[in-house]
Amino acid sequence: MKTKRIAFLGLFVALAFVLSYIEFMLPLNIGIPGAKIGIANLAVMVTLYTVGEKNAIALSIIRVVLVGLTFGNISMMMYSLAGAALSLFAMLLARRIGKLSMTGVSVLGGVFHNVGQIIVAMLVLETKSLLYYLPFLIIVGTITGIVIGIVSSLITARVKKVLSF
Amino acid sequence: MKKNDMVLIAIILAVTAVCLLGMRIWQKNNTKGNATAVVTIDGNVYGEYPLSEDYEERIELPDGSYNVLIIKDGFAKVSEASCPDQICVHHNHVKYSGESIVCLPNKLVVTVQGGEDNGIDGSTY
Repeated sequence: MKTKRIAFLGLFVALAFVLSYIEFMLPLNIGIPGAKIGIANLAVMVTLYTVGEKNAIALSIIRVVLVGLTFGNISMMMYSLAGAALSLFAMLLARRIGKLSMTGVSVLGGVFHNVGQIIVAMLVLETKSLLYYLPFLIIVGTITGIVIGIVSSLITARVKKVLSF
Repeated sequence: MKKNDMVLIAIILAVTAVCLLGMRIWQKNNTKGNATAVVTIDGNVYGEYPLSEDYEERIELPDGSYNVLIIKDGFAKVSEASCPDQICVHHNHVKYSGESIVCLPNKLVVTVQGGEDNGIDGSTY
């Protein structure tokens, strides 16, 4: 059982890495800085609901560091680390409370990911004018969160079947 | 999807809609005839340009990157940039007080500041 979980975690880390790469190649160019589809959150969500909380945290950190070192730079890593940390915290909390299904948890994750990035960008650029983007980013995060939530609940159901052997 | 999810999504969208509306109204009321586009680079003010006059400048940064700022018909926009994501170029032109165009890679921000009280508006925003 334990080895199986470790193997799955490794698989999901690889998956998150690839999904981040796809995201990097297909930026959501709708004129809002920081808007992201957040497909990498798919791997985080599935890990959170199958392998466990601690492993989901580990996966998030490994993903951000790997992606930052491979495709980005230090400042990009800072943005995504802030986004990932805040969104993961929101998702863990929402899951613990247990009132929401995976879709709701994923929506919170998407929204807080964008909020975290904007906060860091505001600190780095020392400008409050970025607040103007926040409502748009929250809407984008909600929509992508719904889609990611539905897809990841479908995947989770299948992964759970394999894990319970 | 459970009922709670729907409630959560509805609340998020409702709150943002109200914020957006409030922001629009605030912007309309605070944009006067003599609004200016303020360009800051890495937090330092680089220049201030009135939106009432057509203007074009290629802003060169020390590291060789650049952004081209164009002011035309009361709108400000970035028409060209050296950054990889080109978000600032695709951004809609800005006109109302508080609106801004941001180029994260070059740390360049173009913000519209409107009207006479612009110092006070800037700090309350």
